[in-house]
Amino acid sequence: MDANNKMNKPHEPQVPDGSPNIQSFIQIQALSKEFNGFKAIDQVNLNIHKGELFAILGGSGCGKSTLLRMLAGLETPSSGKIILDGEDITDWPAYERPINMMFQSYALFPHMTVEKNVAYGLQKEKIPQSEIDQRVKKMLDLVQLSDFGKRKPDRLSGGEKQRVALARALIKNPKLLLLDEPLAALDKKLREQTQFELINLQEELGVTFIVVTHDQEEAMTLASRIAVMKAGKFVQIGSPTEIYEYPKNRFVADFFGTINIFDAIVIDQDDAQITATFDQSELILKAYTHNTTNIGDKVGIAVRPEKISISKDLPVDANITISKGIVWDLAYYGNHSIYRVKTESGRIVQVSTQNHKRSSEHLVEWNDEVYLSWEQNSSIVLLD
Amino acid sequence: MANPRQALGDLLWRRIVIVLPYLWLVLFFLVPFAIVFKISFSDPIVAQPPFTPLFDQSQNFLNWFQGSLNNYLFLLEDNLYWVSYLRSIKVAFISTIFCLLLGYPMAYYIAQSPPTKRNVLLMLIILPFWTSFLLRVYAWMGILSTNGIINSMFLWTGIIDEPIQMLYTNFAVYLGIVYTYLPFMILPLYANLERLDLNLHDAAADLGGKPLQVFRDITLPVSLPGIIAGSLLVFIPAMGEFVIPALLGGLDSLMIGRTLYDEFFVNRDWPLASAVATILLLILVLPMVFFQRTQAKSVEENS
Repeated sequence: MDANNKMNKPHEPQVPDGSPNIQSFIQIQALSKEFNGFKAIDQVNLNIHKGELFAILGGSGCGKSTLLRMLAGLETPSSGKIILDGEDITDWPAYERPINMMFQSYALFPHMTVEKNVAYGLQKEKIPQSEIDQRVKKMLDLVQLSDFGKRKPDRLSGGEKQRVALARALIKNPKLLLLDEPLAALDKKLREQTQFELINLQEELGVTFIVVTHDQEEAMTLASRIAVMKAGKFVQIGSPTEIYEYPKNRFVADFFGTINIFDAIVIDQDDAQITATFDQSELILKAYTHNTTNIGDKVGIAVRPEKISISKDLPVDANITISKGIVWDLAYYGNHSIYRVKTESGRIVQVSTQNHKRSSEHLVEWNDEVYLSWEQNSSIVLLD
Repeated sequence: MANPRQALGDLLWRRIVIVLPYLWLVLFFLVPFAIVFKISFSDPIVAQPPFTPLFDQSQNFLNWFQGSLNNYLFLLEDNLYWVSYLRSIKVAFISTIFCLLLGYPMAYYIAQSPPTKRNVLLMLIILPFWTSFLLRVYAWMGILSTNGIINSMFLWTGIIDEPIQMLYTNFAVYLGIVYTYLPFMILPLYANLERLDLNLHDAAADLGGKPLQVFRDITLPVSLPGIIAGSLLVFIPAMGEFVIPALLGGLDSLMIGRTLYDEFFVNRDWPLASAVATILLLILVLPMVFFQRTQAKSVEENS
């Protein structure tokens, strides 16, 4: 595979993100929700495939939780349709939907033991008690809580509660599992571990997952596709790589990790390559884009910190952009270091480098004069 | 706490804070009860005080103790007391049920209201306490009497031809007790329901619980401590209630409070009255002790 070629071409999402002609497992069609005239969800379209682990990502108040609650049936849409497995479930009450949810605060029933919490969903279905017992036992084994069945929720740790909530939501074999900030309440170490457990569980059971989160890292590691949400609308839908490497606009670029954005003016466009100037030709930026721009257009040219190399000597390469500056700030994180470099125009550029070698001699130190360089195809052109 | 003197001061202060409520209980609950308990073993005499001393030091020392169980035995013999006790339990129980049925939806509604509205509603619940309790009971007499507001209105609109007897009936007693003690049910219930996590309802609905099932499976059991607290706060004072049955009730609505009053102030039989009071306290305290025991046990089982 020609890696270079792939990198050169800005990637367009190949998976459908709204086209209604493709029969998807879950179809959200022109869904809106208004609260007293405020549009929490504004004409949203989304198709999700069976067995997918899909993430909806956005800041607080972007409407992601409202969307999730509408899927669960806990909130009634103002307009639009939700179709699950070929059935229009828009008007179904929550208790009839083959959808279960894991709540952010877990919402475990405090007066019931772990077993009873997990069994609750099955008991509402008039399933014989012997079968319930069997399925609860199996589910508790699956989430490694077999010894905790008789405990009440207040006697559990955060991670244990999370697993009880997961078991309770999975026991009815839902067609769709909704997870509201599933890892937010866990500490960092536990979060990483749980993340992988969640992915393994999803692969094992084949249940379609929709995760709602404000944490871009959580979304990227968990999901096969991500929808970035802002003010009740999807800004971009795509795989984690697409969204990270080819963000559609400034909001997405900024939301996912750190990024340096140069406000530049287009001075030339040749096919897919544009040349732009930043701060009156102090810096000439080159990047690729599918979009057509005109000379004089204002664009943002963005580069991720890890795509930038830092060196004391002037790099020799025709295909790179070079800028000069002095090290303003430096942070050592063990596995990587972050430099904040002040360019000649006074702009701070963030650079991160992997510490491949165990070198006590820091090559670059505070106030060193350095050259920053990156390849043309590392730059992203942001039109808005 | 580097300064040892300060540490000592803190310790002392903590001791005082802990001791104060105990001191209060001993002085104003335990000591009076001990006195009543002591009197209940004496015999009545026409004197000041109107009961025989429990210890007579003029007797030889084997006969010092002059007490007897006569009063308690008498309570068993005369069924007036049994009837009063049972009636009181019945009235208190039924009133508690009505308070719960009325108070629960009210407390729930207040707890689910937006904060500003919530404070207004709570104010309205507490507002009657700003008027004297006795005054409010008298007001009810005015409302319920044969030429009171309700009867006048019904007569005027022609719904009835002659006034309905409402005052001096059991109905009036229940109405008075439920009216008076409703806030005592609402407030602890509100305190409990206000903390209710609505996510629990969503979770139960999401797992297939229909609205009524969600109420039965989740809301009710989770609010049980509030229900128990409110019910005790209504049941206990309603059990010993004296003023309401005396003013609003008829001749047949004899409750233990009235019997107690009559023994003390009409018959001036303090020892017998003391025995009545002691039994009343036992009736109230024993179930609570039992309840606390089982509660403590279930907490232990969980840990």
